[in-house]
Amino acid sequence: MNTKIKKNNSKKYLTIFIIISAVCINSLISLLMGYWSYNWLPVQASEAANYVDNLFAFETTIGTFIFLGCTGTMAWILIFNRAPKYDESNGAPIEGNVKLEVIWTIIPLILVLAIATFATKVNYKLENLGSKTKYNFGEEAPFIEEKKPFDFGPIDVISRQWNWEFIYPNGIHSSELHLPINKRTNFRLITDDVIHSFYIPAFRLKQDIIPGSVITYSLTPIRKGVFRLRDAMFSGAYFSQNQTNVIVESEDVFNKWISETVKKELQNGLNPAGRLYDKRLKNGNRGWATVEPAPAPKVQDVGLEDRPHDG
Amino acid sequence: MTIINYDQRLVKSKNPYPRGPNDWKRFFSFNTDAKVIGIQYIVTALFFLLLGGLLGMLVRGELITPPSDLFDPTVYNGLYTMHGTVMLFLFLFPMLSGLTNLLVPPMIGAPDMAFPKLNALAFWLVPVFSIILLLSFFVPGGPASSGWWSYPPISIQNPLGKMINGEMLWITAISLSGISSIMGAVNFVTTIIRMRAPGMGFFKMPIFIWTVLAAQLLQLLGLPALTGGAIMLFFDLSFGTSFFRIEGGGDPVLFQHFFWFYSHPAVYVMVLPVFGIFSELFPVYARKPLFGYKFVAVASFGITILSLVVWVHHMFYTGTPMWMRNLFMFTTMLIAVPTGVKVFAWIATLWGGNLRLSTPMLFCLGGLFNFIFGGITGVMLATVPVDIHVGNTYFVVAHFHYIIFNTIAFGIFAGIYHWFPKFTGRMFYEGLGKVHFALTFVGATLNWLPLHWAGLLGMPRRVASYDPEFAIWNVIASIGAFILGVASIPFILNMVSSWVRGKAAPPNPWRAIGLEWLLPSPPPHENFEDDIPTVLNEPYCYGLDKPFVQDEQFYIDKSFKKH
Repeated sequence: MNTKIKKNNSKKYLTIFIIISAVCINSLISLLMGYWSYNWLPVQASEAANYVDNLFAFETTIGTFIFLGCTGTMAWILIFNRAPKYDESNGAPIEGNVKLEVIWTIIPLILVLAIATFATKVNYKLENLGSKTKYNFGEEAPFIEEKKPFDFGPIDVISRQWNWEFIYPNGIHSSELHLPINKRTNFRLITDDVIHSFYIPAFRLKQDIIPGSVITYSLTPIRKGVFRLRDAMFSGAYFSQNQTNVIVESEDVFNKWISETVKKELQNGLNPAGRLYDKRLKNGNRGWATVEPAPAPKVQDVGLEDRPHDG
Repeated sequence: MTIINYDQRLVKSKNPYPRGPNDWKRFFSFNTDAKVIGIQYIVTALFFLLLGGLLGMLVRGELITPPSDLFDPTVYNGLYTMHGTVMLFLFLFPMLSGLTNLLVPPMIGAPDMAFPKLNALAFWLVPVFSIILLLSFFVPGGPASSGWWSYPPISIQNPLGKMINGEMLWITAISLSGISSIMGAVNFVTTIIRMRAPGMGFFKMPIFIWTVLAAQLLQLLGLPALTGGAIMLFFDLSFGTSFFRIEGGGDPVLFQHFFWFYSHPAVYVMVLPVFGIFSELFPVYARKPLFGYKFVAVASFGITILSLVVWVHHMFYTGTPMWMRNLFMFTTMLIAVPTGVKVFAWIATLWGGNLRLSTPMLFCLGGLFNFIFGGITGVMLATVPVDIHVGNTYFVVAHFHYIIFNTIAFGIFAGIYHWFPKFTGRMFYEGLGKVHFALTFVGATLNWLPLHWAGLLGMPRRVASYDPEFAIWNVIASIGAFILGVASIPFILNMVSSWVRGKAAPPNPWRAIGLEWLLPSPPPHENFEDDIPTVLNEPYCYGLDKPFVQDEQFYIDKSFKKH
């Protein structure tokens, strides 16, 4: 009798020991994954990046814990609960456990509410999106006063099928987006053809550009370098060519760029899609239908298509 | 308890199907037998799985190198659009309608569907709209190439200006598919509500029936929005109206609301029956009752209700105001709760079981494993700031393939193997099944796991070319895709050879509990005919001393008699 209780007790202790060590190992791996997750993302080049990455790391940590918790249990079951070859008997006839089910309803509920609250705070903190104002097709996009203060801008971002053009407050036209570091810069996102998306992975920011509306948008670059700007909303045949560079510079370099560029002549800007389309026409216009690419924008700074980039 | 019975005239009616049960030609006729229709759906869908897979491999072939070198980008765009369309509307929906047709009547003890002719009509629309869709490859200008979302204005640009164009055929096919699905949904919902065996109250229904009911109600609620949106798009494209055209004062974002109001729930329409399959199969192969039957059953409806109010999470960066983004983030996050209830219940069902790792069980376990992963990346995508970075990148592509292939298709394969002996009367070859599973699991993991990193680094989806830093992830993904292509060989070999010359299947080869397992394999035309069993308990009482139906032995004996 006594030995039986002892045996039961030692089995109980063993179970508790296994559970505690599994939870510890799982927590450790989860924290490591959260820590590593920063490496899976491009460099942090805007104010938003740190918030997004922290949120992502937080989710990676919790996600890893849940994933390993569930799949670890499955692995345990696969190792220890396999039926021997001719064993056709049933498993333990457990129909359910209300207490357990209430727990695993409430814990995920608290977890997701916590994540969503965290994310809501980040949204209010960043407030990149300004206003979206409709205007009649064919008219000039109206000028909308941005409510939240900004340091520079507004820069008009014009996306077409398939090239980018940036127009600065002093009238400079450029194929690449030059930005001063650490200044909250305001943009007016405009398109006349189809929906595009203003996406700079190193900034962790993306905003669709909707024809018929002008959208104001603000962001703060925090790292010098060259970053890719990619159209992220499918926009037709040469969609994948609709990319350009964002060049974040110190204030001095940026001001120098402004003062030098303004004196330059307008010429054809970056237009890789146009080049590919010409090649297609030369080869007999084979392939399926597409609209003709928009002509290259007339810009003062032509930019460099294959500029090495940092993210 | 109320005993719901069906119209006895259905049973008494004279042979309502034109061809005998052993005539193979019945599969090519307007047959009203739900079991024939089910197999028609499944075989058609599997054919389109091959076609969609081939298109997918062409897409992955283009993406194995950074520049756009295999096809012209216009061709690439058409291929990926058709890949998505074929997989969703020609493979997944018909496949699930097929499984539903096969399983619902026997599982609830009904002789057939409530509206057999409507059922046959719903099926025969599938080849009609499939042909329309495939014809679009041959019209001038090529097929639709604006993605399966078909967002205006890109979808209504119509570069050649012709009345008959790929996009127009695409919209026609999708609208017909919607009509077919609505017909199916009316049938399934009516059958489940009106034609259950005596004693089978709602809380004695198999979970698969619960999930089908939840999914088909969702079809009825959501599909009108998509079909309406598609018709408006058709008018904009062909007749110059301005629902979404900015030139006439329309709003292109409005279409996105119509589209996602249905197309997000559509994912649940597809995944819910697969949750049902998991809930059916885990108890059988773990030899244990389903853990928390009622919680799992009710969770299906939790998912249905929530999924109707989450669609804006596809539009976090379209200029949606802050309050709306935050609101839809919360609703989307909440879906994790009923889904979590199901996942934990399955794991608890496995716990302490006596597991047999046959092919269907392997696909279930693999599907569950992948679903836990895909669910977690889903919560990440629901978070607004993270979604603003990874939305419309390969992270999304990776996530939804983890759900749509690595979970849903895995569940479908599990279901096909599990019920194959029941409906063909033949056993399949276990060895080939395991080879199929191993290749599928390895191929699917190689294909979609690495793409998460490509997306996190900022590779947009739907690109025909990309910056060289993404090459490594894409090379691995393409290898995975080709392995998936190879995986179809043992599957086809297994299905065809087993059906032709497999060992004859006993009525209940897996020793499973369920009305369908009390029928002979294959079941007679009207299932239980005049002897409908009276159900006493839910079909998961493994190891519990609870009888499933009255006079169980009578049905077991009867199921062994040749009909």
